[in-house]
Amino acid sequence: MEPINIVEISSLVKTYRRGNQIIPVLQVISFEIKKGEFLALMGPSGSGKSTLLNLIAGIDKPDSGSIIVQGIDITKLDEKELSKWRAENVGFIFQFYNLIPVLTAFENVELPLLLTGLSKKERKEHVEYALSIVGLKDRMEHYPSQLSGGQQQRVAIARAIVTDPALIVADEPTGDLDKKSAEDVLNLMTELNEKFGKTIIMVTHDLRAAKHAKTMKYLDKGLLIDGTAEIFI
Amino acid sequence: MVLLKYLFRNILRHKLRSFLTVLSVSIAVLSYCLLNTIINAWYAGVSASSSYRLIVRNAISLVFSLPISYRERIKQVKGVTNVAYGNWFGGIYIEEKNFFANFAVEPETFLKLYPEFIISDAEKKEFLKDRKGCIVGRKLTERFGWKVGDRVVLRGTIFSGNWEFVIKGVYKGKDRTVDESQFLFHWEYLNETLKKTNPRRADQVGYFIVGISNPEDAAEVSKEIDGLFKNSIAETLTETEKAFQLSFVTMTEAIVIAIKVVSYVVIAIIIVVVANTMAMSVRERKSEYATMKAFGFDSFIISFIIISESVLISLIGSVIGVILTFPAVKIVGDILSVYFPIFVLREVVIYKSLSYSILAGFLSGLLPSIEVIRVGIADGLRWSG
Repeated sequence: MEPINIVEISSLVKTYRRGNQIIPVLQVISFEIKKGEFLALMGPSGSGKSTLLNLIAGIDKPDSGSIIVQGIDITKLDEKELSKWRAENVGFIFQFYNLIPVLTAFENVELPLLLTGLSKKERKEHVEYALSIVGLKDRMEHYPSQLSGGQQQRVAIARAIVTDPALIVADEPTGDLDKKSAEDVLNLMTELNEKFGKTIIMVTHDLRAAKHAKTMKYLDKGLLIDGTAEIFI
Repeated sequence: MVLLKYLFRNILRHKLRSFLTVLSVSIAVLSYCLLNTIINAWYAGVSASSSYRLIVRNAISLVFSLPISYRERIKQVKGVTNVAYGNWFGGIYIEEKNFFANFAVEPETFLKLYPEFIISDAEKKEFLKDRKGCIVGRKLTERFGWKVGDRVVLRGTIFSGNWEFVIKGVYKGKDRTVDESQFLFHWEYLNETLKKTNPRRADQVGYFIVGISNPEDAAEVSKEIDGLFKNSIAETLTETEKAFQLSFVTMTEAIVIAIKVVSYVVIAIIIVVVANTMAMSVRERKSEYATMKAFGFDSFIISFIIISESVLISLIGSVIGVILTFPAVKIVGDILSVYFPIFVLREVVIYKSLSYSILAGFLSGLLPSIEVIRVGIADGLRWSG
């Protein structure tokens, strides 16, 4: 059976205004992402890949077009509805991890769960499980400053999956890591996709990182090009 | 719980900055409390006045006296219960710097009209018996080391000569708002001496203190008393004790207004200090707040976190400031005891300073929180701090 689409993007346009000048970032983009997909979005700097990721994740608004995620057109949601939607449906992985330095690994992972109705005991179970998946259960009382870059990104991955979101978005997840740590993080993301069936959309410059994805899309000057890793090698 | 931890740990993130902010707020609150205690001390006489007492004085000015004979006529006015009288004596003990208020009063009625002056029956009896006797406030005995039985000589300024008194009793105030630094002696002693030395000034009083049965009749009784002496050689002006005391404060109102303005400037300083700290902190954490917003934390929660931190910093500083105010008031009160016999930190000043601090904290956190709310998540995530 053909997997169903989790994301359907149609005629998406996004521009930025700089003074009187209007800069087109995404020019009429349409595509779908299937459930369980691991998609790499590639392209040169300024091609609009991060903007596209932000739009899919509901942290930015398009000028026109629709983004339907699991049957909901998120472009029609207001700020409050969008916040709730993100809390329930999206897990974020950032280039610079974006962990809160004054909270421990456990507390950082627990943060998104505060918006759910889970009890303290349930939250603890979820956090410990998420940290055990990324192999950092023994480091849960450590603060980010006491962890290496790779470990911090794994904590960020645990934070992204702890609410069991339908979609995980990752913006240059290996951009700030050494080769070994980057490989560990990418293997972990592959595992999340293959073993746990998570749909992942990853923006990356790194072709080696993109090779871990099942499919790739290439953006250039706001236009989309389909292909596989080999096309870009 | 995690958000509370976040709140407290944020305060400790830049320990030196937080310490300096808390210290600044503490000093500002200490200043606010001290300034307001000075204002209250200024109004102490007004606050301590009773609505059951009227003061009758010469309509031209307080420096002009009234004939003692007015007493009997005032007594006849309906609603009047007692009439005492007195003179500002203005005596000096050894040297000018030892200033304290000293009055020649008709003692028996005076003590009836001022039940807030607490004195033992035995001491009162001794005082009433001896025309050269005097009673002094507790604070005066502490200041000069006086005790019952001591002889005290005052050098007269308005009534010349050296005046010898024997301390017959020490009064205490009913509560801490009562001035415990007055020196009271028999008006008869003054009058008898004047009859011998300066008969023209004898049988004259500086003011009458009139007890009334119902404060609501104060205006009517005042009008009637003044009516009695209209077109006489010494017309009277009768007013409530509060209005009488207020007339002294009015003379120095510009100073009081200046102090009030400074005390509000202090509140503004708290806002600026905390707002500056919060603006810096929030700017550094813009990316963190954007991350939280990405997870689904809405504007209300983000604002709550920022404003709570601001209020907490302000409140910690103000609590420390209030704690420091107690010894400060004691020290300043001792230094200024000559000018302000009642120098006490009132509860209302503490509550006001804490309330203003909370308000200042709220306002200081409000602007940075609005800024964070207005920044888009994508822009916030790009913020490197």
